[in-house]
Parts: sequence; structure tokens; C-alpha cells
Amino acid sequence: MSDIADRVKKIVVEHLGVDEDKVVEAASFIDDLGADSLDTVELVMAFEEEFGIEIPDDAAETIQTVGDAVNFIKGAV
Amino acid sequence: MFDLTGKCALVTGASGGIGGAIAEALHKAGATVALSGTREAPLQELAAKLGERAHVVTANLGDAESLAALPTAAAEAMGGLDILVNNAGITRDNLFMRMSDDEWAQVLDVNLSSVFKLSRGVLRGMMKARWGRIINITSVVGATGNPGQGNYAAAKAGVVGMSKSLAYEVASRGITVNCVAPGFIATAMTEKLNDEQKAKISGQIPSGRMGTPEEIAAAVLYLASPEAGYVTGATLHVNGGMAMV
Repeated sequence: MSDIADRVKKIVVEHLGVDEDKVVEAASFIDDLGADSLDTVELVMAFEEEFGIEIPDDAAETIQTVGDAVNFIKGAV
Repeated sequence: MFDLTGKCALVTGASGGIGGAIAEALHKAGATVALSGTREAPLQELAAKLGERAHVVTANLGDAESLAALPTAAAEAMGGLDILVNNAGITRDNLFMRMSDDEWAQVLDVNLSSVFKLSRGVLRGMMKARWGRIINITSVVGATGNPGQGNYAAAKAGVVGMSKSLAYEVASRGITVNCVAPGFIATAMTEKLNDEQKAKISGQIPSGRMGTPEEIAAAVLYLASPEAGYVTGATLHVNGGMAMV
């Protein structure tokens, strides 16, 4: 896994309190990892801070899975 | 009784009678305060009176840029922002049939939209801290209505509905959102009334007198305290019994 993927995974594990092995690329934050809508807002905030990027609202809506987040961040940093 | 040591509070409209008393009460309980308002002189005067832990952050809530900059400016001055008291408000009274679009818009802008924008602006820090207090000063007329104040009553009632919605969203993050609804309070504004007008007002109040700014501040202090952590989405009416809602 790339550095970005590792850092994303760490944030997700910490924030949602889920097992590390569940945080796979295809895992949906809401359907698989038990996040509610406010959790997803907070995750986006955490990604923004960790990577020093700005994630606009329309982009945030497309980030549904761990893989979506990693891909978006790869394109943004 | 309530200890706010280490907490940072932004009070809007702190140059007014009620806002000043709120800032003073929070400060006395140990909080660092940021005093906001449009006029700098009275804010500086209050800050000087309070001494340490008091900062002046001027802002015009009717101005979009000034409004957007306020949460950051206050947080930078204090080193954080745990408590937001949306106290600033204006009136543009007129009979409904005579009320201009402008009178309506100005009051809705400052008394409702600015509360939304400021609250949104402080949420990120509170969410991260898993602690926060948003206290909105509304008015008895938001619940009862008042002739000549269609705009003001609409804005104040709007703040109540907005506060409840936000309270739902952020309760699980340790953030409470409440309102304090003053009745008739003795301030510079009510001093202009003559004795006859004052007697008439007092006659409608079971307590037989106007309230004091300190009595509003005490309600705000309670809602800001750690002890009030289980109170959210509530409106605390402080009106001497003039409307029991």
C-alpha cells in the first residue's frame, strides 16, 4: 500500500473505531464501516488537514469508499 | 458555582447591555472572552474593565466579509473557541403593511442569517474538540409575536427552529445548542421609555418589574457550563412570567 493509502487507513481506523482489516479499498464508509453522515463530514475534514488539501463539497459527495478517498487525495496532493 | 476556566467564548453584540453582562458573567466564571460588536470604543472600555482574558474583535454582522472572518479572528485572539453566544441583534420596527423589503431583509440578515453563518463557522473546531456550546439569544416575541415586529419575531422564531435542527446534528459530538429568550429587560433601549410606558409594561409581567441584563447572563452562564451538557435544543425563557411557554 502506498503512503497515502496507509495514512487514509489510519485516519479511518482512528475515527470510526473499526478493525484495520475491515478498512479495505472497496469498503464503503457508510455501508461497511458504520459511518453516519456526520462521520463522513468529519472524515473529509480529517483528510483535508492530514494532506493539506481542500476537498470541495461536490467532490466530498463522490467519496464513498476508502478507495475513492485514496484516489481523490492522490490527484489532489 | 459554574467554572469555565480554560474555555474561550465569543460574544457578539458585546457593546450592548445584555451582551456586556453576558461577557462579564462568562469572564467572571474563568472564561477567556472575545468581545464583538460594530463600535470599538465601548468594547475596548469593557475589555479594560475585565482586564486579562478579554479580547476585542470588531465585526459588522451585516457585512458578509466581516462576518466570515469573525470565527477565525476570535479563535486566533483567544487560542480557541469553545462557546459562541449569538447575542447581536437589530430592530427595524414597522407595521406589517408599511414594512419595506429592506427593513425585513436587514433584520433577517443580522438576526437569523448571521447566526447560521457564525454557528457554521465555529462547528469545525467544536467537532474536533468533542465539546462546544452555542447559545442563541432570541426573544419572548419569537414565541408570542408582537405588533410592529413581524421581521424581528420571524427572525427570532427562525433561530429557535434552526437551533433545534443543529442540536440534533451535533449532540453526539458533545456540542449543545440552546436559546435564551429574554422578556423585557432594562437596558439603554428601555430607558428611553417614560414612566407611564414602563408602568404599563410592568403591569403585564407577573413579576411586576423588568428583568436585568445580569438575569439573562446567568441563564447563558448555566447553558455554557459543563453541568448543562445534557441540555440541548432547549429555549430558556427569562421573562418574569410574562409568557409561560
